[in-house]
Amino acid sequence: MKPLLTTLALTTALTAPAIALARPVTFTTAMTNYGGDGAYLAYYVTDASGAYVGSLWMAGGKSKYYKHLTDWYRATGGDTAEINGITGASVGAGRQLEITLDLADALFDAGYTLHIDAAVEDMRDSPNEIAVPLTAQGAGSAVKGRRYIADFTYKY
Amino acid sequence: MLRFVHRWPGLLAALLLSLLALSGATLSVFPAAERLAAPQAVSGQSVADLASRIQAAYPGVEQIRRAPSGQITAYWFDNGQPGAAVIDPATGQAAGSADPNQTLRWLTNLHRSLFLGDGGRLTMAAGAAMMLVLCLSGALLVVRRTGGWRRWFAHLRGPLAGRLHVEIARIALPALLLSSLTALWMTASTFGLLPEGDSTPAFPTEVSGQIDAPLRDMPLLAETPVSELRDLSFPYAGDTTDVFSLTTAQGSGYIDQGTGATLAWADLSGWQRAYETIYMLHTGQGAAGLGLLLGLMALGVPTMAVTGVILWLAGRRGRPRIRHNVAPGRADTVILVGSESGTTWGFAATLQAALSAQGHSIHVAPMSSFLPDRYARAQRLLILAATYGEGAAPASAKGFLDRLKRLPARPGVALAVLGFGDRSFPAFCGFAGQLAETARARGWQELIPYDTVDRQSSQDFARWGRALGTALGLELELAHVPVIPASLPLSLISRRDYGAEVQAPTAILRFALPPRSLWCRLSGRGFGRFAPGDLLGVLPEGSEVARFYSLASGCRDGFVEIAVKKHPGGLCSAQLMALQPGDSVRAFIRRNPDFRPGPGKAPLILIGAGTGVAPLAGFLRGNTRHRPACLIFGLRHPDSDFLYREEFATWQQDGRLTRLLPAVSRGTAPAYVQDLVRREGPELARLIRDGARVLVCGGREMASGVTTALAEVLAPFGTTPTDLKAEGRYVEDVY
Repeated sequence: MKPLLTTLALTTALTAPAIALARPVTFTTAMTNYGGDGAYLAYYVTDASGAYVGSLWMAGGKSKYYKHLTDWYRATGGDTAEINGITGASVGAGRQLEITLDLADALFDAGYTLHIDAAVEDMRDSPNEIAVPLTAQGAGSAVKGRRYIADFTYKY
Repeated sequence: MLRFVHRWPGLLAALLLSLLALSGATLSVFPAAERLAAPQAVSGQSVADLASRIQAAYPGVEQIRRAPSGQITAYWFDNGQPGAAVIDPATGQAAGSADPNQTLRWLTNLHRSLFLGDGGRLTMAAGAAMMLVLCLSGALLVVRRTGGWRRWFAHLRGPLAGRLHVEIARIALPALLLSSLTALWMTASTFGLLPEGDSTPAFPTEVSGQIDAPLRDMPLLAETPVSELRDLSFPYAGDTTDVFSLTTAQGSGYIDQGTGATLAWADLSGWQRAYETIYMLHTGQGAAGLGLLLGLMALGVPTMAVTGVILWLAGRRGRPRIRHNVAPGRADTVILVGSESGTTWGFAATLQAALSAQGHSIHVAPMSSFLPDRYARAQRLLILAATYGEGAAPASAKGFLDRLKRLPARPGVALAVLGFGDRSFPAFCGFAGQLAETARARGWQELIPYDTVDRQSSQDFARWGRALGTALGLELELAHVPVIPASLPLSLISRRDYGAEVQAPTAILRFALPPRSLWCRLSGRGFGRFAPGDLLGVLPEGSEVARFYSLASGCRDGFVEIAVKKHPGGLCSAQLMALQPGDSVRAFIRRNPDFRPGPGKAPLILIGAGTGVAPLAGFLRGNTRHRPACLIFGLRHPDSDFLYREEFATWQQDGRLTRLLPAVSRGTAPAYVQDLVRREGPELARLIRDGARVLVCGGREMASGVTTALAEVLAPFGTTPTDLKAEGRYVEDVY
């Protein structure tokens, strides 16, 4: 999370300490029964121009498989420093992943988009499985995924 | 030490390794099955052609993958719905379901992680490491047993479990070595312990901004044959900044979707190539034949696990526990034991306990574990050696004599040899005698003169102990209580008497098979499995020393049968000859695995005289597969001591016995078995050239007469009984 907050502090030229304007946001990701092993999921944010800003979460511990999260890998060059301390286990088929993060208020309604790349062993790579604009209005409404994610919701 | 390194990882990991091997063997079938099922590739087809065909059939295509088996899968997205199919490369149309195989996935997860995530992966990797240790220590043990790397496939002797263990090991070893090494490499790679050597080129920062160049016009796709393809990912629909990503067996790169130009390319790094090769060698993906071979070899692992445990249990039972055995480097006295059946170990244990009680530090080891370089503090070597057959080294002393012949005497180390044997054998303590001779010739200092122990005599042993005590300046009383094998009472069912008229009272005694509890079966106690040719040890009343009789029946026959001849003054034979149905004797089984007809359909030449015919009759009774069998049977008079006469007639009729040649020693034309061997020489030689096995059972003189006669018969054909013995095709049971 630090990389993202630091980046935001720089790019949005916030004067106040970022942490003072943060709030807990819960991401709920429900997986479909896609019939494979645990899915790797990369959560990251791009700005209004589509440029990578930072990573929020990585579900999946083995860095050698990160190249199958193609968009995330392309944006970061596979640099594991981007996800240092924000890595968890992969998510099984039919399971649900809930993560709560302290996110800066400035992330919402400012043209930022949250992306989720997904990959499963021996199955197709699914970059950009989810792409959802971060807005106050969009909070709480479910977004459908393309292949592995049944739906995704963020709430605060 | 080597045995220790082999035994404990083996016992600890036996179950885990069996699971790994069985799951691995099952997995090995999948690449071959996929290879057979995958639609055949069109030779010379380019990726451009394949991708165009697929795109024509599925306009929303996003990704095309080619598995090492040649199976091509396409993934697409149409009308908001993802789709996937195995593709026929000739048409670009779907040819099968792309759903992952759930059985394969389940097995893969079992094989690599026991469904336990990283902990399971590490457990399985530890299993692979143990397999590696077992392979290496096992290879050295095989070499030690057979006597050198060049004799890797030498003929084996000994109990079935041990033979099976080594037979499988020496065939499967290279495959198991390969599988365990590649498994460890793959685990190290999974846990990031090896450099990944990722060579993916940087994503292009500048693209043309155009879209929809025809796939056929993209030079990189046109140049790349389908056989090299790994993965082709299409750009997102509508994203002008995106590109085609191509991965091949050679490397990976990007293609502009508007111009078709190659934007970046990088070859695979050495590490990636190494990983791919190792992955292929382990999984058989891309090398299905090799995979099947590795899988087949892995099937040997459960058998080796079971036989290994049996060997360990048998070894534990066969010798007494040596308490406070000192490491070789710290012992002042080293006791080396050469034992065939394990009884000599009992004497070694008594000696060790007595010397330890007097303050000596003792190391006891089998002679096969002779480590002269490690005996840093040893002042004396005490060798207790039995003899196998006619002066050969017993099982636990193989190769020792040769090593002693090469080894210079060690100054300051005195040596004593004690032989164990039976004076009724001509080669009494033959092996121990050779040892003492060799030690003297090599200039070893003699601690006390060479001595022998006859038939496990406690008195002989105590006498030797007093001599040893005097040499060491100790009061040494060796009170050896022989370990009596666990025996069971056997109840006589029937007896058939022969030979009274020719002054050779003989009887075929048939006993009931003692009932066996499940616990006995599991712990290997009581009467286990036995076969004709094994020995029945009978403990007569008033003696602790067993007498051995060759069995004429196997456990499958449902009874225990022996033939006994009354010896003048014989304690045991007198008691047996006096038995009436319902009476019982105490007895136990001793295995004699070398004296068997062996598997296969090779003809049998059975030669026996007197009661020696008993095991041969047992072999014939079991010859239900009708191997050609020729029996030469020496007896005194056909009306008096023709043992098994009725059975032989029946077996000749039903094909279990092909030819019966009685050698009658009394009467008008006396003949002995060796005379018949000479008379039937050409026929016997023909059978032997056809691969026949010769089994001889009877008295020592008869056996050596047969060997001499056979040597004459075989001489014109350039072979000798010695050659046959070395091949294991000529075996004797002599008393």
